[in-house]
Amino acid sequence: MSANLTALAYLVASVLFIMALRGLSSPETARGGNVYGMIGMAIAVVTTVINPEVVSYGWILTALVIGGAIGAFIARRITMTDMPQLVAAFHSLVGLAAVLVAAGAYYNPTAYGIADAGGALKLASRIEMGIGVVIGAITFSGSIIAFGKLQGIVTGNPITFAGQHALNALFGAAIVVLVVLFTIQPDPQWFWAMTALAFVLGFLLIIPIGGADMPVIVSMLNSYSGWAAAGIGFTLENTALIITGALVGSSGAILSYIMCKAMNRSFISVLLGGFGGDAAASATRSDKPVKAGSADDAAFIMKNASSVIIVPGYGMAVAQAQHAVREMGDKLKKHGVKVTYAIHPVAGRMPGHMNVLLAEANVSYDEVFELEEINSNFANTDVAFVIGANDVTNPAAHEPGSPIAGMPILDVDRARTCLFVKRSLSPGYAGIDNALFYADNTMMLFADAKKMVEDIVKAL
Amino acid sequence: MDVANSIDPFIYRLAIFVLAIFVGYYVVWSVTAALHTPLMSVTNAISSVIIVGALIAAGPIDMSFSKILGVVAIGLASVNIFGGFLVTQRMLAMYKKKQ
Repeated sequence: MSANLTALAYLVASVLFIMALRGLSSPETARGGNVYGMIGMAIAVVTTVINPEVVSYGWILTALVIGGAIGAFIARRITMTDMPQLVAAFHSLVGLAAVLVAAGAYYNPTAYGIADAGGALKLASRIEMGIGVVIGAITFSGSIIAFGKLQGIVTGNPITFAGQHALNALFGAAIVVLVVLFTIQPDPQWFWAMTALAFVLGFLLIIPIGGADMPVIVSMLNSYSGWAAAGIGFTLENTALIITGALVGSSGAILSYIMCKAMNRSFISVLLGGFGGDAAASATRSDKPVKAGSADDAAFIMKNASSVIIVPGYGMAVAQAQHAVREMGDKLKKHGVKVTYAIHPVAGRMPGHMNVLLAEANVSYDEVFELEEINSNFANTDVAFVIGANDVTNPAAHEPGSPIAGMPILDVDRARTCLFVKRSLSPGYAGIDNALFYADNTMMLFADAKKMVEDIVKAL
Repeated sequence: MDVANSIDPFIYRLAIFVLAIFVGYYVVWSVTAALHTPLMSVTNAISSVIIVGALIAAGPIDMSFSKILGVVAIGLASVNIFGGFLVTQRMLAMYKKKQ
């Protein structure tokens, strides 16, 4: 295949990738889009393998089969609750693959046609390689920490220490210097030094970030994995990689932006970290009386309501209560109650996490609404049923000076009755008390989310 | 054409890159919020097109350090490609509308 044909095939693959993303504009077209993505990937791989320089089929096939089998196994077995961890783990693999490919190209630039007359890496490719390998390494180690935090291996609390930001800045500056040194003189010590420092910087950047900010971080690492791929694409002069990297990079950046906006936090303040976690323990709690109810009370109230909006949060995911919630919704519908679901953009540990969990539990997606679609409906709703969510309903967001001031919230307090399923009165990630717990029209349902919903189902 | 007047191919690649960012920007804003998790898993899968770089490193018949790196990178990228597309498929199959 001539170089022109190869380039055209890569172009076709890139267009198919764009169509894969385009398909996600609606659930009806999404499945078709995913198939376009697979075809695009197959075209890119086959085009590369039939290149006359690529001849070690045995090795390639072995790696493909082993990797593919592991990937397929994981994809089949993973629970939807664990999707954020899986995505973080996948980001780390893209980052590591980028580092390995950069190193592969560094040690054999001739294979990629990027060697100069002397057989060394040519000048223009060095800086691109430097940037690609650094972003790849940061993506790798940062994603590992994000994975550890989401999986509970590393504490979800922010890990902070004095001089942290200064240290990170120092590492950043050292990496820039090393990239410059590598560009001037592409010696292996510079290559590995910048890679190693970038690995360390990736760890340092993510450890101060608390659990509540994970949706932003997972999105940000998604973006980084794209920029790493694009950087390697520039190094290898490969347009498929450049285009795909740009698509993924901008996708992750948009998701990070949406998540930041949903928390009314600036991207910089998320990156600086330290938000949430331990502070929660020291929050002052109001000693106002709380109205607590039983499953029977909740069943009675909802059965006699004409409309119920269910507000799920991460607590529902942790308790694996989504199936029970759907069952409750079905029962209520049999009683003639209108049931809908309201999802806050940062409910869960990654963008869209609640939607997937509800879809898994067979909730029809046309009953599920985003914050701006449904928020005005709370005022003429009988019952808001909050399960596993807290900060995203906290009216403190309307008060200037509160840690979550300005954050868009679901106005569950506007509903005639507000039912809160929660284990205790403990504050959420933001570490502040929720005035709603003490409101006259609120009834607290103290129990494990799953158990409470199952009891309500029985009582219905 | 002398060197000073010819356009460096890097500029073309940069143009492709910048335009692709704009394409990504508009396409991703049109993605419905309900599908943001599948969006992340599918972008994960497609960014593993980095496998083409790994295939070239693993390509030569002779054993070398570069080849070992390439083979390992193929394995890592394959986990992502198969895992990413299949888990996306699995998730998307769950999004149903009741009649």
